[in-house]
Amino acid sequence: MINWLRRNKSAQGTLLISPTLVFMIGLLIIPLILTLIISFGKRSADGNVIYSFGLHNYIRLLGVSYNCSAGQTVCYDPIYTQILWRSLTLAFNSTVVVILLAYPLAYFIARSHPSRRNTYLFLVLVPLWTNFVIRVYAWMMLLRTQGLINSALAWVADLFGRPFTPLEMLYTPGAVLIGMVYEFLPFMILPIYTSLEKIDGSLYEAAADLGANAVRTFLRVTLPLSAPGMVAGTVLVFIPVMGAFVVSDLLGGKQVILVGNLIQRQFLDARDPTFGSAASLILMALTLVVMFFYTRKFGFGEEIAIT
Amino acid sequence: MTQKPNSLFVRISALLVYVFLYAPIIGLMLFSFNASRTNIFFGGFITQFGPLQMEGSTVVQSPCGPFHWFCELNKNAEVRQAAENTLTIAFVASISATIIGTFAAIALQRYNFRLKAFSQLALYIPIVIPEIVMGIGILVLFSQIFTILSGLTGARFSMGLPTVIVSHIAFCIPFVTLVVQARLQGFDKSYEEAAMDLGANELTTFWRVTFPMILPGVLSGALLAFTLSLDDFVITFFTTGPGSTTLPIYVYGLLRRIITPQVNALSTIWILIVFTAVLLLQWTENRKA
Repeated sequence: MINWLRRNKSAQGTLLISPTLVFMIGLLIIPLILTLIISFGKRSADGNVIYSFGLHNYIRLLGVSYNCSAGQTVCYDPIYTQILWRSLTLAFNSTVVVILLAYPLAYFIARSHPSRRNTYLFLVLVPLWTNFVIRVYAWMMLLRTQGLINSALAWVADLFGRPFTPLEMLYTPGAVLIGMVYEFLPFMILPIYTSLEKIDGSLYEAAADLGANAVRTFLRVTLPLSAPGMVAGTVLVFIPVMGAFVVSDLLGGKQVILVGNLIQRQFLDARDPTFGSAASLILMALTLVVMFFYTRKFGFGEEIAIT
Repeated sequence: MTQKPNSLFVRISALLVYVFLYAPIIGLMLFSFNASRTNIFFGGFITQFGPLQMEGSTVVQSPCGPFHWFCELNKNAEVRQAAENTLTIAFVASISATIIGTFAAIALQRYNFRLKAFSQLALYIPIVIPEIVMGIGILVLFSQIFTILSGLTGARFSMGLPTVIVSHIAFCIPFVTLVVQARLQGFDKSYEEAAMDLGANELTTFWRVTFPMILPGVLSGALLAFTLSLDDFVITFFTTGPGSTTLPIYVYGLLRRIITPQVNALSTIWILIVFTAVLLLQWTENRKA
């Protein structure tokens, strides 16, 4: 047996990979297949699953409703398509804002003196490593009606003797966007920094020798060469925002419902696991399709390395 | 990339982004010294030791002075339990995932076998799908298994530490494999072949050649797994049960109900630990370099 294993390289490889396969098949592949099977089923009266085959959950997600006003048996209910669209646009908007904020900081760190770069990077890592529920909570404190921002504004208004009505900032779509941007900003800073730092300094000298000014150098040299970092960062930001439910739950309240919230509620409150499973698979499909076309157009970006 | 210093515009934008990153965290920490029982508004800092007035009428004994909420936190048995659970899960999951993931990386990088393409793909999936999809899948799996087991034995089963730990191992493995594989890619296979030519068997070659080479990769993989597990909310949320609450789950539960400055005190301690850990890590890396 041992001698056979010693001679058979293929068997050695299989032996080394087998524990991983046990986990990946048992806790990823089988769960995904189960989710698919359940998504065709029905909910029983006590919230359990009745196995059957029907596409009713998917039809419901696409907006076909049988609870219509008088006279109609079938009608269009846009609630779930709206939720899907909201998640998609939020993920897109968050990614754009994150790039706009991350780029100048990454650029600043990459171009600062090497002896200070580690300190600047350290300052990016601390928020990244701070637990993400805590970071959402920090924004709850800032944005609430009697929170820090309103207190500061009231103080300024008082200074000028003006009347002040507190702004309603918490439980708005804007609050959710800020929360997402704050959560995932470091995931964009690090890959952009990595790709900027790799750029050969002589390219700048060449650009300057050939008469390019600072703006032109940035647009024609720096920006294209840092694209892999932005692509990698986009993958790291877009995917988690698509599935997020904590940020929208705590900062959006009942105002901002994303696919993540829809799924979570089906499993915990509304208790229709079959519908939740269908929504979960639609979310996965949507994310994979967007990422597939995106990475096919821009490549995958080599900078996916979180440290 | 060293050249002309940053322009004023770049410096000011960078400063503003740093302010954006840190203002919420600092605000959070300041509120852990709040002289108010709820964190809805700021009641000033706690300054005195001994009896303390809050919200006009309530008198609270505060032998800890400004650190009142830290002392209250220390008395909180739920927090202690949650902290213990969090650390237990992170240790067990990261060590297991590191061993399993390292084996996988070696297999994928150094061997050819029939399931190679499939394994590579399976390890890739958890990284490119939203975490909630995996969490829901595992929840569905365990609830179906428990229903069947209950039907067979009549006993009741529920989620708990074991379900959380195996789920954490599962989502940490791909990240460990990724890091260790990257390290292995950087090394020539010929080192191992040379050892074999000189008469070392596979095991000796692994322990004396391969393992020392990839050790830095293994360590950073372990560290990544540990922090991923420590920080995880989504997978834990769907696989936790009575008695296996972790700190992120505990904090989330509190945030949906009443918020006391205790949460801030907890956050402050957490942030300070992270700060020290990152500092130590950077310091050791700088010394190596």
